Amino acid sequence: MMDFGPLWLSAQLAFVTTVILILLGAPIAWWLSQTRSRWQPVVQAIVAMPIVLPPTVLGFYLLVVLGPHGTIGGWWVRVTGDALTFSFAGLVIASCIYSLPFAVQPMQNAFESLPRKNIEAAWTLGASKLDAFLSVAVPLSTRGFVSAIVLSFAHTLGEFGVVLMVGGNIPGETRVVSIAIYDHVETLNYAAAHRLSLVLMLFAFVTLFGMFLINRRWQAR
Amino acid sequence: MIKLKHSVQKGNFFLEVDTKIPGQGITGVFGESGSGKTMLLRCIAGLEPSTSNASKPVHKRRIGYVFQEPQLFAHLSVKQNIEFGRRRNPEATVSMDDVVGLLEIGDLLPRSITDLSGGEAQRVSIARVLCQSPRLILMDEPLSALDERRRNDVLPYLDRLHAESLVPIIYVSHNIDEICRLSDHLLVLDSGKVIAEGGLQDTLSRTDLPQLRGRNAGAVVEATQSRYDDEFDLTLFGFSGGELWAPGRYDSSSVRLRISASDISLSRVPAESSTILNILAATIEATTSESAATELVRLRLGNDILLARITRRSLQQLGLQVGDKVFAQIKSVTVRR
Repeated sequence: MMDFGPLWLSAQLAFVTTVILILLGAPIAWWLSQTRSRWQPVVQAIVAMPIVLPPTVLGFYLLVVLGPHGTIGGWWVRVTGDALTFSFAGLVIASCIYSLPFAVQPMQNAFESLPRKNIEAAWTLGASKLDAFLSVAVPLSTRGFVSAIVLSFAHTLGEFGVVLMVGGNIPGETRVVSIAIYDHVETLNYAAAHRLSLVLMLFAFVTLFGMFLINRRWQAR
Repeated sequence: MIKLKHSVQKGNFFLEVDTKIPGQGITGVFGESGSGKTMLLRCIAGLEPSTSNASKPVHKRRIGYVFQEPQLFAHLSVKQNIEFGRRRNPEATVSMDDVVGLLEIGDLLPRSITDLSGGEAQRVSIARVLCQSPRLILMDEPLSALDERRRNDVLPYLDRLHAESLVPIIYVSHNIDEICRLSDHLLVLDSGKVIAEGGLQDTLSRTDLPQLRGRNAGAVVEATQSRYDDEFDLTLFGFSGGELWAPGRYDSSSVRLRISASDISLSRVPAESSTILNILAATIEATTSESAATELVRLRLGNDILLARITRRSLQQLGLQVGDKVFAQIKSVTVRR
């Protein structure tokens, strides 16, 4: 019997996180690709940190900040009456930080490969900076956006350590698929662990294969 | 008049320009690479911050920019590219049909950018700039990325643009032939400074500028067609200093003749039984030493000036002096338009 709850929750979490990351990450990626500010490497390093940090470190700090006595968590409790930790909203915030580099870097690479004069041409043709970004830079960087979407979705789906630290294990709220697998293994329910793991394996392969296939098609053109 | 006042420092390069150019026709900006030509255009467009242009953002200036490479948007069709600037200027007055007709790109409109040849792409980029109804167009060596054959796909359209004179154009080039063919007014730039400016003919007839020596030395005269000799396929042109034959047949009645300094030799008496068709009486107005071996001679013919390059030895042997009457033997004439 397949355990659909955690799968569905993971998919929801990955979807919401990806949407937020594309909207938030695109301007960051654009800034990183265009600026000549001396702060660029600093911001670049901060964005990339979740790649190298152990998820437990990230999770620990998030627990402190998002907890009812933390800066963001305390404010959240005053505004909504609920705690951020051990909630879906808390998981979304944690996932956004955890998967940020996987959204920003592909978009940034795509923006950096645009000829600068192409953007300047748009400006001289009467497009404001925002207009040129939306009507020239973004459509010319579709490849980067596809990579960013696939990678942030897949990476969020696979997160475990951060969720364990800030989310706990509340069915329907924070019990995502990776936690469910861990639980099944703990209770020696290998059959259930196998079923969920296989779904994730297949999903990871199919999405990555699809992405590389699309990339190859585009390269061939 | 269009006021150009820009000063900018980039590394150890300074651009310092403060001048005015005519508000119509084509102003050529000539100079070697590294003289600051592109920098000047970028300052005018607002793409490069300079002391005097900080106020207005690039997209509100309505200054068209034609880059070396066409810089078309690959995700849009030819037609969408041309409409890009037009849709962003509510006051656009230029008719798109006129522009499409002028540049003969009607057949290209539904095509994708990737299917265009280099020359076609540059024509589309010029059309895109014209359709935005700019107050001024800047052209940064628009032919330099094209090979000789592709260049001839674009040049006739620049001639048309010149003849129509819809918008003032600043045309940057290091190619003196393009400058002579297209511009009416000339700025010569050297190390970020304007070292000469004025009407095309006046400026080209100066002998004191290193940039206008060597293979760049030569004059331009405006002439009108008088008749065509179909037996020998030659056309006779008249100008203030006399008449000149040039090979070939030409459509337009008024043309621009370019005569390189190295194509003129001088003699005291008119040569008899020479193969040179064009021998005209001239008066020496000045002589300037060009190199250890050569002299540039300014010749007056009617209201026009021609330049001749002769050796210093010939100058001495013939005892040529300012005010002397001589005969200019003109070996070749290039006809434009």
